Amino acid sequence: MASGTVTMTKDTILKVEHLSMKFGGLMAINDFSFEARRGEITALIGPNGAGKTTVFNCITGFYKPTMGMITLARKNGKELLLERLRDFEINKVGGVARTFQNIRLFSGLTVLENLLVAQHNVLMKASGYTILGLLGLPTYRKAVDASIEKAKYWLDKADLTDRADDPAGDLPYGAQRRLEIARAMCTGPELLCLDEPAAGLNPRESAALNTLLHSIRDEGVSILLIEHDMSVVMEISDHVVVLEYGQKISDGTPDHVKNDPKVIAAYLGVEDDEVDEVIAVELEGGHH
Amino acid sequence: MATASAAGNQAVMGKALREGIFAGVVAFLMFLLFVGIETYQDINNALVWRTRWGLLAIFVIVAAVGRFVTVAFIKPHIDQRKLNKAKDGLLDVSEKKGFLRRHFLKFALVLLLVYPFLSLLIVGKQGSLKYVDNFGIQILIYVMLAWGLNIVVGLAGLLDLGYVAFYAVGAYSYALLSSHFGFSFWILLPLSGIFAALWGIMLGFPVLRLRGDYLAIVTLAFGEIIRLVLINWTDVTKGTFGIAGIPKATFFGIWSFDTGAPNNFVKAWGLSASSVYYKIFLFYIILALCMLTAYVTIRLRRMPIGRAWEALREDEIACRSLGIDTVTTKLTAFATGAMFGGFAGAFFASRQGFVSPESFVFLESAVILAIVVLGGMGSLTGIAIAAAVMVGGTEILREMSFLKVVFGPDFTPELYRMLLFGLAMVIVMLFKPRGFVGTREPTAFLKERRSVSGSFTKEGHG
Repeated sequence: MASGTVTMTKDTILKVEHLSMKFGGLMAINDFSFEARRGEITALIGPNGAGKTTVFNCITGFYKPTMGMITLARKNGKELLLERLRDFEINKVGGVARTFQNIRLFSGLTVLENLLVAQHNVLMKASGYTILGLLGLPTYRKAVDASIEKAKYWLDKADLTDRADDPAGDLPYGAQRRLEIARAMCTGPELLCLDEPAAGLNPRESAALNTLLHSIRDEGVSILLIEHDMSVVMEISDHVVVLEYGQKISDGTPDHVKNDPKVIAAYLGVEDDEVDEVIAVELEGGHH
Repeated sequence: MATASAAGNQAVMGKALREGIFAGVVAFLMFLLFVGIETYQDINNALVWRTRWGLLAIFVIVAAVGRFVTVAFIKPHIDQRKLNKAKDGLLDVSEKKGFLRRHFLKFALVLLLVYPFLSLLIVGKQGSLKYVDNFGIQILIYVMLAWGLNIVVGLAGLLDLGYVAFYAVGAYSYALLSSHFGFSFWILLPLSGIFAALWGIMLGFPVLRLRGDYLAIVTLAFGEIIRLVLINWTDVTKGTFGIAGIPKATFFGIWSFDTGAPNNFVKAWGLSASSVYYKIFLFYIILALCMLTAYVTIRLRRMPIGRAWEALREDEIACRSLGIDTVTTKLTAFATGAMFGGFAGAFFASRQGFVSPESFVFLESAVILAIVVLGGMGSLTGIAIAAAVMVGGTEILREMSFLKVVFGPDFTPELYRMLLFGLAMVIVMLFKPRGFVGTREPTAFLKERRSVSGSFTKEGHG
């Protein structure tokens, strides 16, 4: 797991093509395509209500997209169509883990237990789907020890070792965010999807989060994150995709996106005399 | 100073008097129709009513005086004690538990093991029938049922209002298979559990996609469906007549408890004839079944499946995001809970020697669920205490003939069972909203095992 051994290959891990999502008469996402590359932090940004979380829910299986194709390339060369998997299989088979905008921890379970639940599938197999585990076979014991070691590793990374035996609901907000990420990492994902990980964090917690995210990337795990706060995104991401009203308006490096007039218009609004110009640009972008 | 405290005393007394009168008025209005008026059939079979002012007056006086005493004396006394403690700087919650509390479970188990012999020693053979059967076995059946339901409701957070259906499946499996095919208790006990578990999977499969209130309603309906099938499928179940003459359990096939059998237990040991030996034997069977339920629950909680159940109770969506198949996880909880219900049902059938749909009404489901909630969802100790209090309490009501002296010779305390049941629930929920044992024991720890306060755990919505 040392960071030095990771080769930063730039191939694609996630490809979203012509994704559309309709809620009744509302077109939440309209023909949206983008790619996320392996070993990079890709940020999905946009103003409130742009459809970022909807894209996320499509990728992680909580919504079935109305149209479009979501392809995941695994390290072993297999390609999976995520929209065809059942919600829990996206994590189990696809190796995609996620966190939630409003933190969803198992608040009555301790911090350690949260991390052990995340290793459910590995432990289930080791326990022979409970039956062999009830007999207390040594292979299961070994798997349990390994799972605790893994939990310890991520506790240490998330700076939560001191709180391991406390209920998760008792942690302060920033620590809960870090725990949710650590829990997602305990499932052993290749792609980690974070829904507004920096929301509601104070500057110090925010800095701790950045360190954690960088260390995750250095282990070779690709990250896809949603954020509407531009300053956070520019600091940590390698690649930025901008979404507005369900459509992609920009795609590129943080510097490229920062200087894109459409992004500036979307975020800041535009001066009156620039309206015509912006409309012309948007029309151009709307017609293929 | 003295005058000030005297004035304060007077204010307290005035307040107590006012609240006492108010409580009396409320009690009068509440019990006016419940207690003050009674309907009965006269000689002509007409329904007429009469008043019971004396009984009503007793209820009102108890409420009024009780409130007065509480406000005037008990509350100031408690406040004073709290104030003194705060002044002394003593913490309200002490970390160290007493010797008795630390070894509570060991004491309880030893007491249960010697209980039948203790009652034999103290009240003799005929007297101990009541204590072993009505108290011992009856309470332990409910302990087992509640522990089984605890897996579904307390751990997995699935509100099941039709749990008694699995109890019925177990009981009828035993009754039918033993009377038609003559299988013995020890073969049918596991079989009944397996049948109930299969039934749980069959019912669970379509139902478990529902969540919360919807799940509760559908499980309630399934409980009723099973009862109605038992009533109406008269060819097989003999309908409301029930199935009688169900064979007794044998001592692992070595000795029989049937009088007249050549290998009769009493004869073989040269004891004087009494049914108490069979009851004691049954007591140990149900005790062993309870211990099995507890052991399996404790073991499963530490297994990945048990943790997934509790995680499911806490947050189902998060579970799915972690790759946990929520449908199979729910099904295993449902099936495991149903299996223990089936075991209890088979035991019930062999103990009664008679089963009828009467025994499997919704009220039974409600009582079992009430025991789980009162005991504290997920806590085995709390649930066992709640079962003893609830079931034992109603049995004790039958014994309280001295109440007749207070309320008159017509007073039958059993009739007030449900009223007291409800009252007890309200009181417990007011003072212990999380049940008797509201804390949760973690299943794994790094440095030290610390109980999780009930304020963090959730009840589950699916």
